[in-house]
Amino acid sequence: MNVIETDCLSKQFGNFTAVDRISFTVARGEIFGFLGANGAGKTTAMRMLCGLSVPSSGRAVVAGCDIYREQERIKRHIGYMSQKFSLYNDLTVRENIRLFGGIYGLRGRQLADKAEELLRLLGLESERHTLVRSLPLGWKQKLAFSVAVIHEPEIVFLDEPTGGVDPATRRRFWELIYEAAARGITVFVTTHYMDEAEYCNRVSIMVDGRIEALDKPSALKSAFGAADMNEVFLAVTRGKGSE
Amino acid sequence: MRTLVYLLEKEFKQILRDRFLPKIIFIVPILQLLILPFAADFEMRNINLGIIDRDHSASSVRLREKVLSSGYFRLTDVFNRYDEGLASIEADESDMLLEIPAGFERLLMRGEKTGVHIAANAVNGTKGGLGSAYLNAILADFHSERTSLPAMDTAIAYTHLFNPHLNYKNYMVPGIMVFLLTLIGGFLSTLNIVSEKEKGTIEQINVSPVPKALFLLSKLIPFWIIGFILLSLSAGVAWLVYGLTPAGSLGVIYLFAAVYLIAFTGLGLAISAISANQQQAMFTAFFFLIIFALMSGLFTPINSMPEWAQRMTLFNPVRYFVEVMRMVYLKGSGLSDLSTHFIIITLFAAVFNALALVGYRKR
Repeated sequence: MNVIETDCLSKQFGNFTAVDRISFTVARGEIFGFLGANGAGKTTAMRMLCGLSVPSSGRAVVAGCDIYREQERIKRHIGYMSQKFSLYNDLTVRENIRLFGGIYGLRGRQLADKAEELLRLLGLESERHTLVRSLPLGWKQKLAFSVAVIHEPEIVFLDEPTGGVDPATRRRFWELIYEAAARGITVFVTTHYMDEAEYCNRVSIMVDGRIEALDKPSALKSAFGAADMNEVFLAVTRGKGSE
Repeated sequence: MRTLVYLLEKEFKQILRDRFLPKIIFIVPILQLLILPFAADFEMRNINLGIIDRDHSASSVRLREKVLSSGYFRLTDVFNRYDEGLASIEADESDMLLEIPAGFERLLMRGEKTGVHIAANAVNGTKGGLGSAYLNAILADFHSERTSLPAMDTAIAYTHLFNPHLNYKNYMVPGIMVFLLTLIGGFLSTLNIVSEKEKGTIEQINVSPVPKALFLLSKLIPFWIIGFILLSLSAGVAWLVYGLTPAGSLGVIYLFAAVYLIAFTGLGLAISAISANQQQAMFTAFFFLIIFALMSGLFTPINSMPEWAQRMTLFNPVRYFVEVMRMVYLKGSGLSDLSTHFIIITLFAAVFNALALVGYRKR
């Protein structure tokens, strides 16, 4: 069963076409990698799917909701983590968890339990009263992810979630992603780290607003006769892109 | 509704944790209330007056003494000819001239029409205007003392009815209280949403199912409460420092403040919602607040503005609340006298908040 279906989805800003008729589906429980060079239109596409931006044309259904008519309903079924860290820096770890838990409808006992569980899972129990501002970036990212899935959404959208941290920290972040996927949360993730692309069930590669390749990492590698995803990425973008 | 509680909790924590905000909210207003009434005091003393006495009679001397004993005027000199007086204005020694014509006493005794001539240097318009007004009031008084006729200029007597000693602080302080509420409601709320935009935190809210109105409400309520605290503080300062308490009911003031704060917080949020960054928001808010303040009748009387400007003040919410505050504080007006004002301010609140709701997009 598909949780995301798009059909010729496009977004224009004036004369500039940021997203150009993309069509794809994502199945429930899948980890879907959404790759592309900077400026290829990944974030724009993702924002449309999250109900943050209205498409210029095309069709899409996210978690069973139409992205034109049911944007607010979509928001109940998804989690989102932007590339710009967007938790409140002037609130503590626990206050952030409490705020977003509350926003997604967790109440009282349930919310307190959830907060404790998250703190334990993240190993942040001793930092619960620390302002988020003073956490290291890697911890912030893990916290932001946990907050994005606090309400066990159907899909979580991650926009370059691991920018600016070392490979070991990224690896630990991906463990969280796997755990979420194992619980049945579909993961839609943009990245430009090609080692991360290998962790995905399927990846698409966007060039200048279009999806130029979409398959399992292993299938893409054999199709392009490449040793790793890095070579695949270069082959796809070099052939088509201006970058 | 419980969601609102979580959002409010967040707003209050953020405001209290801000290094700058709690201080600016409380210290700045109190300083303004202590300083502005003195700086914006239009009370005129020491107006330099030249007198041209052509009558040299007992009555003219009595008039001279009466004018000078009022405390507003300082005698430059007594001249014999008008052009000597004029020369002293040109030399910037006198601000005003009072010419008592020959035969003044004789006409006065017979109960006939008399006149004096007042010339004011209008380069400093306030000084000239107020000086003339004071002088007129004194002359009217003098006239009614000497004859059994009522005072000539009843309009002036009326103006001063509710502020008998022409104490400008009594007049300014209630107005400045309005100014403060406007600043807090308007500016602080302006900076709020747009700062979440700059930090990127609003994305996390926009992608959540929080309804727009609820989010705006969570922004409005804290400033509303802060406004009330501020109003109470400044009413306290007005009482302690200026001995000023409202002649009317404090309840009426709070009722108006409640709606007024909603209006200006709404305006701030509307500006905040449509601005891309804090600079933009700041300048937009500045533009409106300066015009609103200057055209509110707070610093300059509305009825001395040109006709078109007077008409523009009808669209200025500050104007109405300044009037309300002065009427309640000085005249003791009640809700029934102010019902039109109440309706108008309520309308402003509705319009501004509707703009905020339309302007804030979750996408």
